[in-house]
Amino acid sequence: MRITCPHCGERDRREFYYRGAAVDLDRPAPDAGAEAWDNFVYLRENPAGVTRELWYHEGGCGAWIVVTRNTVTHEIQGSQLASEVNA
Amino acid sequence: MRVAGKGLIDRTETVPFVFDGVSYNGFRGDTLASALLANDVRLMGRSFKYHRPRGVLTAGSEEPNALVTVGEGGAQEPNMRATMQEIYPGLAARSQNRWPSLGFDLMGINDLGAPFLGAGFYYKTFMWPKAFWEKVYEPIIRRAAGLGGLSGQDNTDKYESAYAFCDLLVIGAGPAGLMAALVAARAGADVILADENARMGGRLLAETYEVDGKPGHVWADEVLAELRGMDNVRLMTRTTVAGAYDQGTYAALERVLHHTDRRPNGAPLETYWRIVAKRSVLAAGALERPVAFRDNDRPGIMTAGAVRTYLNRWGVSPGRNVTIFGNTDDIHRTARDLLEAGVHVAAVIDSRHDAPLSDDYQVLRGAQVCGSAGRKGLESITVRRASGEEKIHTDCLAMTGGWNPSVHLTCHMNGRPTWQRDIAAFVPRPDAVPGMETAGACNGSFSTDACLREGIAAAEAALDDLGMKAPKTTVPQAEDTPYEIAQLWAVPGKGRAWLDFQNDVTVKDVKQAATENFRSVEHMKRYTTQGMATDQGKNSNVAALAVLADATGRGISETGTTTFRPPYSPMAIAALGAGAEGAGFKPQRFTTSHKAAVARNAPMVEAGLWYRPSYFPQAGETTWRQSCDREVNMVRQAVGICDVSPLGKIDIQGPDAGAFLDFVYTNMFSTLKVGRARYGLMLREDGFVMDDGTTARLGETHYVMTTTTAGAGDVMKHLEFVHQGLRPDLDVSFTSVTEQWAQFAVAGPKSRELLNDLLDMQLDDESWPFMACGPVSVLGVAGRLFRISFSGEHAYEIAVPARYGASLYDILTKRAEVLGGGLYGMEALGVLRIEKGFITHSEIHGRTTAYDIGMGRMVSQKKDCIGKTMSQREGLEEPGRERLVGLKPIGESKQLLAGAHLYKEEAEPVRTNDQGYLTSVGYSPTLETMLGLGFLADGPDRYGEVVKMVDHLRGVTTLCEVVNPVFFDPDGGRVRG
Repeated sequence: MRITCPHCGERDRREFYYRGAAVDLDRPAPDAGAEAWDNFVYLRENPAGVTRELWYHEGGCGAWIVVTRNTVTHEIQGSQLASEVNA
Repeated sequence: MRVAGKGLIDRTETVPFVFDGVSYNGFRGDTLASALLANDVRLMGRSFKYHRPRGVLTAGSEEPNALVTVGEGGAQEPNMRATMQEIYPGLAARSQNRWPSLGFDLMGINDLGAPFLGAGFYYKTFMWPKAFWEKVYEPIIRRAAGLGGLSGQDNTDKYESAYAFCDLLVIGAGPAGLMAALVAARAGADVILADENARMGGRLLAETYEVDGKPGHVWADEVLAELRGMDNVRLMTRTTVAGAYDQGTYAALERVLHHTDRRPNGAPLETYWRIVAKRSVLAAGALERPVAFRDNDRPGIMTAGAVRTYLNRWGVSPGRNVTIFGNTDDIHRTARDLLEAGVHVAAVIDSRHDAPLSDDYQVLRGAQVCGSAGRKGLESITVRRASGEEKIHTDCLAMTGGWNPSVHLTCHMNGRPTWQRDIAAFVPRPDAVPGMETAGACNGSFSTDACLREGIAAAEAALDDLGMKAPKTTVPQAEDTPYEIAQLWAVPGKGRAWLDFQNDVTVKDVKQAATENFRSVEHMKRYTTQGMATDQGKNSNVAALAVLADATGRGISETGTTTFRPPYSPMAIAALGAGAEGAGFKPQRFTTSHKAAVARNAPMVEAGLWYRPSYFPQAGETTWRQSCDREVNMVRQAVGICDVSPLGKIDIQGPDAGAFLDFVYTNMFSTLKVGRARYGLMLREDGFVMDDGTTARLGETHYVMTTTTAGAGDVMKHLEFVHQGLRPDLDVSFTSVTEQWAQFAVAGPKSRELLNDLLDMQLDDESWPFMACGPVSVLGVAGRLFRISFSGEHAYEIAVPARYGASLYDILTKRAEVLGGGLYGMEALGVLRIEKGFITHSEIHGRTTAYDIGMGRMVSQKKDCIGKTMSQREGLEEPGRERLVGLKPIGESKQLLAGAHLYKEEAEPVRTNDQGYLTSVGYSPTLETMLGLGFLADGPDRYGEVVKMVDHLRGVTTLCEVVNPVFFDPDGGRVRG
């Protein structure tokens, strides 16, 4: 599997550390309520299809990346720096 | 039998080798199989289940029968295919799965018990009594059934893993692959051509066709010579492309040294390649399928293609009186090749009623072979015709049931092949693997002309995708014989007709599976073990599903195939794991003081990847406890030195560094004064404690954070995530400096005295109070000093650039010894911190909150931070939670054990009465008792109460008093003094 790092280009997936769904970027406000926090911390979709997930270019530039990937075809549709998502 | 004037071997070079203790000669270029056949050795193995005598069935990597063990001891390799094993002087191969010998195998008795060992016998025969399965039946079956074994010794061979990158990967170097590689290479593409054989050319080496008016192998050599002369081409022989993966990644196994007993210094036996290709062309060819008929597994019966390969490539005829049976024109081609080489052809049995006749040999039209005879090898066959059955004497039967395109790699990414009726075979579905074109026989196009054309077309398509211009290419002249086949899978009749030779599966087994309602091809496979051996049913799967389709009244297309998975052919785990064995599996990290510690005989303990000294034994000390007690007393009474470099150190800089730390730590850091350090607690977003450590402010915009040794990597990722993902607005950056600084704890009442002698300045309580930090000059070297303490003593940590670490450690050790102190290790460090109730990852083990460890008030109410919201959930602060306490033994038993559980004194020690557990224990020489830290329900409210510690594993019960976890110097006078 090859992942494109916006800084370094296409690299082998062994250079990356996998975190999970990009939901982690949508941190609720402290007072958003129990349901919002429960969703944020614990509840994840398990889609057959397109998913957005977080990878860390640990063996490279240190960038956190949001990778859009199809779990059925394994096609990687795009990648974006996490720092640009909440910028 | 060797045939004069045939074969691509070097007859000037005789190669001696040994098989089952007997010496033979072959020629350079022979495989073990071709050399044995040349020596009239037909019996090469015993079958998996019934121990039937078996000979070679094929001439390639799909071989199910002729598996041998090569090498001795740690270099022993089981299940090497004799058809792939090249011979070399000194090769010693042994047959497998027989005892006492290949010729006389006592387990052959299994063959007589065959009626009991049919499909699903594992599930039926050995059901009763239940307890017998594990103790009696399974061990017996495992001994009786099987292939080769490992030696049980450590592998002495080297393996390697490597990456390669290219524009175009061409898989297979037959006519289609050679042509594709040539076209792409001429266009300037960066090409890798990989082939599993030692010599490239594919079936051009095995047939007598001409290409462009030259013998096929000559044409192949000319193409290879051109390719070899180009800088943009890499030819990889003996390399099996074994798997197709995402984004153009392919796995390949290169058998680097299996063809020789030389092991040049450092050279690997095998290399596991990961090849990343922008485009690929699969030109993997096709595999011939046998026909199932009664006793079709006798040595001497093999595929017709294999007979031609042995004859044309190796100059060997597998028999002197050959019969040929099948359902395509290939059988006539086989007859012509044999006759031309002077080998007698007894009969050609063609199942087709409209088969072509010949003046040169006898053709039996519309006939089928329905049985065979011969003790350890073929002696005769029985042929059934409309007129009746007839016995024909023969020592070799060449058979063909048609060809199966090698679609395997096209299915590795979930693709399923489609059934093509006119050639009675499965062919790849287009675009099954993104970026992969298929060409030639693997595509179901069997003539040489079609292979060459498709090779060109595939290369042109790939070049187009790559944005490169294809050169104009003329198709070389070659045969274009139509492929005419009449389906023939199994000849009806009594007895056992073998489908899967390697796993001993017969037509009857498959029919029985269908009868017992294992009708899905995947169920049939698992019930009968069809296709589950090391060859993965390459010869037999399609015939087996055809039999299943017939038995269930469905079409072959509807029945479908089982799933093709990587690897294409067997691969040693050692190759897959190359580079990850031994220290490669877990790299070792050493501190700058490592050598000095080892020189003092300190046993090392692992902390993450780091190695840290456990204790420093001195003369006269016979147990670790003696050393540990001495080291603890030394720190409490004089001064001790300990290398603390493995703790994670993260340099944090930027105008928003303080604000950032406020967000990742529960407590405030933006208010920390420059030149001061503070203990910080970090939570995960779910509110549980993640890590802790001391962070020092070296400047307005400059902090240095310490993390736990094991947590360093995770904390670094966490900081980067929180910054990049959640707070990209903050101007701050991080660098791990763990290995850049050597840092030593100098702890004890005499620590200041020691340092004052060493630094270019004088320390006092006013300028360097507890938790002060700043730059210092250590014997002229710019360093950092932190007045922090993990022992509860007046203590410092001194840091210098790592290159001065060994030297400073040496100086600190000597000066400490002069002051009545010295080195202390992890055991003493542990006792010192337990005496003070300081926590480590034994306590912050992922299931404890700040509240649980008595630090609830460290979660600042003035600001938000990671984990704060979730840490405030009701359940995380409710009564009954297990919270940190100290425990002291008070009864007869003085023993405390980490991991033991806590119960009320009078309660029965069972799970439902569980009240908590111990996390850390140690003997305190200071307080002359065992001390324990642990978690107890409502613990801090129960000081003075007696509880019962029970270790069910080690059978220890100890009564304990619940106390404040700070056992020693609770008001902290010593650390400030």
